[in-house]
Amino acid sequence: MTHGAATLDTFPKYLLLNAERFGDLPAMRHKDFGIWQSWTWREQLAEVRAFALGLETLGVGHGTKVAVVGANRPRLYWAIAALQSLRAIPVPVYADAVADEMAYVLNHAGVVMAIVQDQEQVDKVLTCAEQIPGLGTLIYDEPRGLADYDHGRLKSFEEMQDTGRALMASDPAAARRWEEAVRAGSAQDVSIMLYTSGTTGRSKGVMIHSGPAVAATRDTVAFDRLSEKDSVLAYLPLAWVGDHYLNYAQAYVSGFCMNCPESQETVAQDLREIAPTFYFAPPRIFESLLTMVTIRMEDAGRFKQRLFDRFVAHARKYGEAILEGRPVPLLARLVYRLGEVMVYGPLKNVLGLSNIRVAYTAGEAIGEDLFSFFRSLGINLKQLYGQTEAFLYVTAQEDGKVRADAVGPAAPNVDIRISDGGEVLFKSPGMFTGYYLDDERTREVMTEEGYIRTGDAGFFDKDGQLRIIDRAKDVGRLDSGALFAPKYIENMLKFYPNIKEAVAFGDGRAFCGAFINIDLTAVGNWAERNNISYASYQELAGHPEVYEMIARHVDEANQKLSREPMMAGAQIHRFLILHKELDADDGELTRTQKVRRGFIAERYAPLIEALYDGSREKRVETEVTYEDGRKGRIRANVRIADARVYDAAVETAHKEAAE
Amino acid sequence: MNAHVDRHGLAAVRDDGIARGDVLLSVRNVSLAFGGVKAITDISFDIRKGEIRAIIGPNGAGKTSMLNVINGFYTPQQGSITFRGVERRAMKPHHAVRQGIARTFQNVALFKGMSTLDNIMTGRSTLMKRNIGWQMLWHGPALAEEIEHRKAVEEIIDFLEIQHIRRTPVGRLPYGLQKRVELGRALAMEPSLLLLDEPMAGMNLEEKEDMSRFILDVNRQRGTTVALIEHDIGVVMDLSDRIVVLDYGRKIADGTPGEVKNDQAVIDAYLGVAH
Repeated sequence: MTHGAATLDTFPKYLLLNAERFGDLPAMRHKDFGIWQSWTWREQLAEVRAFALGLETLGVGHGTKVAVVGANRPRLYWAIAALQSLRAIPVPVYADAVADEMAYVLNHAGVVMAIVQDQEQVDKVLTCAEQIPGLGTLIYDEPRGLADYDHGRLKSFEEMQDTGRALMASDPAAARRWEEAVRAGSAQDVSIMLYTSGTTGRSKGVMIHSGPAVAATRDTVAFDRLSEKDSVLAYLPLAWVGDHYLNYAQAYVSGFCMNCPESQETVAQDLREIAPTFYFAPPRIFESLLTMVTIRMEDAGRFKQRLFDRFVAHARKYGEAILEGRPVPLLARLVYRLGEVMVYGPLKNVLGLSNIRVAYTAGEAIGEDLFSFFRSLGINLKQLYGQTEAFLYVTAQEDGKVRADAVGPAAPNVDIRISDGGEVLFKSPGMFTGYYLDDERTREVMTEEGYIRTGDAGFFDKDGQLRIIDRAKDVGRLDSGALFAPKYIENMLKFYPNIKEAVAFGDGRAFCGAFINIDLTAVGNWAERNNISYASYQELAGHPEVYEMIARHVDEANQKLSREPMMAGAQIHRFLILHKELDADDGELTRTQKVRRGFIAERYAPLIEALYDGSREKRVETEVTYEDGRKGRIRANVRIADARVYDAAVETAHKEAAE
Repeated sequence: MNAHVDRHGLAAVRDDGIARGDVLLSVRNVSLAFGGVKAITDISFDIRKGEIRAIIGPNGAGKTSMLNVINGFYTPQQGSITFRGVERRAMKPHHAVRQGIARTFQNVALFKGMSTLDNIMTGRSTLMKRNIGWQMLWHGPALAEEIEHRKAVEEIIDFLEIQHIRRTPVGRLPYGLQKRVELGRALAMEPSLLLLDEPMAGMNLEEKEDMSRFILDVNRQRGTTVALIEHDIGVVMDLSDRIVVLDYGRKIADGTPGEVKNDQAVIDAYLGVAH
């Protein structure tokens, strides 16, 4: 073989290699007209080559920046590979970006061409075309609805491929020249420019170079032992580093097959049909899967319900131990085997998770219960922590060493340091070289020693796993000097189904206090079962028994906090249940349902005062905005409750005392 | 792949030898009565190939009766109907379907227990060439034919963007989607004339917008001639090329949306007038 591992430093080089070594194995599938169409690596090479040669006739070459906009479609992935093969720079853009955002990214990146999915994207790009003076040709994948458009600057993907094929037919050397150019590709080329989603200010163009990108991918492919026998469902946003890395990059390096869903709405069904071996989903998807299962079980017959409850309880007890190969009594093992046939197997089949070998979740904290539910079914669900700037992986959990509350040790060849301020810094093989045209921001995140600031605060626990506690800028200190990480405490509270939202306060104060929102569905259900009548959220929130229930949760949270040396100082001393639900209409939550701590502190200043001045009750009046925009006021007496605080040092004694 | 849509999708309207813009169906002096009740009195109008033609009128004006006359469900006592140049008077609905007239209903009339896919497949039944013996055998030529029909149906599913409910029993679907499935079934018949009886009744604004877009797409991309009854005047004015207005079984106006909107008889019929 002519390729040594050393020269494999771009993804197109892997394309050539895979067409040789896995020529007849599937590289890509796409469900279309109800049937999974598939392409082998050899066919994929032919598709990419034809398109690349077509692009070349339009003058695309070294350094040309081209936007790629749309959902997960084979042709868009091929476009990325074709661009890379010409040493041009693909710039994927979020398909759901509004025209303004898109114009900003396209302009900032200086793209001269856009490859888009369909009419919707063509329209969007055309509406802001005036703001993007450099933009020339638009290439589209799906012709539907575009027949009446001016085809002066519009070209179809097929048209470009036909041009490429015609070129090869007339000039037999064209294909060879292209291959030689691919082999001459350099590790120094920018492989891809990924724009951050822009939740915090304007999005930034993260430049990832070929050599580092391939090196990082090789590490994680080896780490999870991915091979050409694996498969994934590519359903994550094309422009997100997660999709580009986990699906595209890993597919090229390991040779596994990418499957593109029929549409965004059919992902669940497509997942079931494909049954991938590698899967990534953010915690909320796992949560909605569990909710769906729970709801459907409630509709099931008595017998099935009991069967389900019985075996799930058994799995909760032994499932994770079996998954991790720890010793388990023979009988328990046999019962688990029976459960696999009766419950776990069919359940995993319905969820499309039957063949999972490795599954990851990341992005936010995941509840222990939720996490262990999936693991107990025998699904090897793990956590990772990553960033666009790292080309994804910073940490990843090893098989068998998995926990819900940490994100694992450093990924292979990644070097992590915790700054004096508690911020996580890293150096990784795939890390970016800088933000495009923004040296100032680059300098802000890159330290002099070449580490990258993540902006997250975290620490290594005694197992050597990294724990992310909060955004670094939100982490504060109590008067005592103890670390105060509000989100960490809030998440711990929110994992209780009865608690919908929590807001923790404590930076620069004597102790930690919390506002709590009860979950009306869960607590309402509980009230119904316990014959507690209530007329409104406010009434239920103020009910003494609800306070007792929440106090128990807070107590448990404090116990958990007390067991963690770093966090023990920030136990919750006093809490109250808010008289109204936090609402984005009132500005208390962001539109993505994250609490706006500063705003809430200002709005409920009298309540904060009451938290810290020791009063037992406070009368407040709050303005609310109704859904139709009208405003009203609600008044309430809010009770403030004390919580029990545990000593950090002697934990076992207290645990018994608490029971 | 989407090239399929273009190749087959656009060809999915029948070549009936009538050029775009020529008269596809004409109704001449038609009267229909049930006993002593005159539902339609001496109505004449035509539908040209490639247009969207709306029939509007107050409740009880005879719109649905008119549709039933066109697709052969009712036989008028007087007058004649010429479809694709052939005059006819009495005919069975399934003949109308064979000739290329398909319709949807005011109240969704789907097989509730069957999946979306199967419902749309039923639209192909009149196009099946193999007899029931072959169909039961489901082998050889019958299977090949079935695959062809399935392809056509998949194109419709793709066209109407209902891939995600392909296998869902239609009884479990929301109303708006059921209406879309019904449209799909009518399209599966590859009609040259598509009759829609209140396609947007009971829909919310968003569903109406979706439906309007699909009707326009059917008309533009597949070249299907559409005749529709609709109460939402805003939608009718936006969608249709020409409108015929009925009142108490008589035609009171006929013309483009602009003409009809300013017609005194129409204003009187809709707003009422002192008698």
